[in-house]
Amino acid sequence: MTTATANMSEEIVKKAPKGRSLWQDAWIRLKKDKLALVCLYIFSFYVTLAILVKLGLIASNWGDTIGKEYSPPSLESWRHIFGTDIFGRSVLMKTIYGAYISMTVGFVSSMIAVPIGVVLGSLAGYFGGWIDDLITWFYTTVSNIPSILLILSLALVLGKGLTSINIALGLAAWVGICRLIRGEFMKHKEREYVQAARSLGGGHSRRIFVHILPNVLHLVIVNFSFLFMGAIKTEVILSYLGLGVQGVPSWGTMIDEAKLELARGVWWQLGAATLAMTVVVLALNILGDALRDAMDPKLK
Amino acid sequence: MFNFIIRRLLYAIPIIIGIALITFLLFNVVGGDPVLQMVGKHATPQVIEELRAEMGLNRPLPMQFVDFLRQIVTFDYGRSYSSKRDVLGMMIQAAPVSFTLAFPGFIISLCLSISASLFVAFWRGTLVDRVFVVVSVLMISVPSLAYILFGQYFLAYKVGLFPISGFSFDPTQVFSYIALPVLIWVVLSFGGELRFYRTVMLDEINQDYIRTARSKGLNERVVMFKHVLKNAMIPIITSVLIQIPFLITGALLLESFFAIPGMGTQLIDAFNTSDLPMIKAQVMVFSILYVVFNILTDICYSLVDPRVTIK
Repeated sequence: MTTATANMSEEIVKKAPKGRSLWQDAWIRLKKDKLALVCLYIFSFYVTLAILVKLGLIASNWGDTIGKEYSPPSLESWRHIFGTDIFGRSVLMKTIYGAYISMTVGFVSSMIAVPIGVVLGSLAGYFGGWIDDLITWFYTTVSNIPSILLILSLALVLGKGLTSINIALGLAAWVGICRLIRGEFMKHKEREYVQAARSLGGGHSRRIFVHILPNVLHLVIVNFSFLFMGAIKTEVILSYLGLGVQGVPSWGTMIDEAKLELARGVWWQLGAATLAMTVVVLALNILGDALRDAMDPKLK
Repeated sequence: MFNFIIRRLLYAIPIIIGIALITFLLFNVVGGDPVLQMVGKHATPQVIEELRAEMGLNRPLPMQFVDFLRQIVTFDYGRSYSSKRDVLGMMIQAAPVSFTLAFPGFIISLCLSISASLFVAFWRGTLVDRVFVVVSVLMISVPSLAYILFGQYFLAYKVGLFPISGFSFDPTQVFSYIALPVLIWVVLSFGGELRFYRTVMLDEINQDYIRTARSKGLNERVVMFKHVLKNAMIPIITSVLIQIPFLITGALLLESFFAIPGMGTQLIDAFNTSDLPMIKAQVMVFSILYVVFNILTDICYSLVDPRVTIK
């Protein structure tokens, strides 16, 4: 008899609909949004291009002369579709290499900003007291320095080049995440599930990392796409101001070169860089909004 | 109220000291020896030592930081490396130029985007709304440099509607010089602002008191202007006030493209020539302005919204 009941309850458990995690749920909702899905594919395409460039499979020969200087876009070969620059190099190749630079900057700077923001934000929100005071003072201080000035200053003292741009952008971008995570931790730390974890003997680090963090991490994902976008836009401005990448093409240096070319009627370098950048920033914009909607459990 | 203002001002002190510390660490510690950057690689050690002594850089770092704090309090940021003129004087000279560009740009884009957001909120959920949302997202996504280059090339160079670049305070000329930069400013900020204010308006529209107003039989125009706009003023004031210190840095690229000798151009020049006194002064002045406007925002907030109690 008892075994039968046990079997039956096991059966019931098996038949019960399987719960979906927040991530599965978000993915299902995101998939319903066709536009967001297209944007995700576009973004993945840029990332793939960047990886291929990194592996040296494409655009490693961006410096090769493929024709006359400033030849306009033509269908002569696929390398000519965006025309050539002052040295007769393919603008398409330079644009692809620029995509690699932009993706690298977006990814690496976010990878610097996110951990700093998450760790400081969780500590401040969870512990409160003087730790909170100290961290709040720190991020308020950083956020009170206009970000373009902070980024330019960091880029200047760290020296020119890709690495210093990455660090500069990362060190200027963590404040938003920190503030967000701190607020969420303050809300979550008194919730029942955290108290339950505590009554079961879970220590501070267990409660922070195993219990609360997974419940607030989706906000980081949403923020990530906006961070990424901001980094791409700022890299272009930095490169234009001469504090950016040196010796390799980026969308910023291409636009900088276009400043002098436009008077001669050469618009394709500006056009290619603008198009490449607009598409990916637009995709990230829409994707960010869609992710925010998809990850918000209240909007079900 | 008085206590609140005093407390906010006192809280600003550690923030400003923090900003000074970050600026000091960046340029005097991380950046290496400013003298070496100034004189280049080929100076004799004796010259370097003399310069260091002259600039007080041979003293211990904590003492140098105290010196820097004194500079901030007395508004004495020293002389520019490149022009040898007083840094603060240079900034004060450039400020009116920047404001001539920034003020009209800011006001026009503000009025345009707030009216557009009311319009869009009125038509929420319809095709009009969708078109505006799509257009505003598109407008944000195009790089700002592209707008500036295109505007300058097409409207000034090709069509010849405006002078290509330059600036003058002469009342007969000032308008033609700032017209194109202001126009580009408005286009640059419209998308982002429309999106922001639309969210603000929609947040208000979904409130209960709006439903009450409608069920009283008020017409939609009265609801929009008397109820929605009035209550949306709180977030609008916050965002407007906090943007003011950024007006000058926001015009950075515009000023440099149109050769307008304002603070933005000054800043770019300073970074290009590693003019440290100028850079430090700009960072400190703008950060302090930002702190001050933050406090003003808080005060306005409590004045506008009676629900905000001052603790």
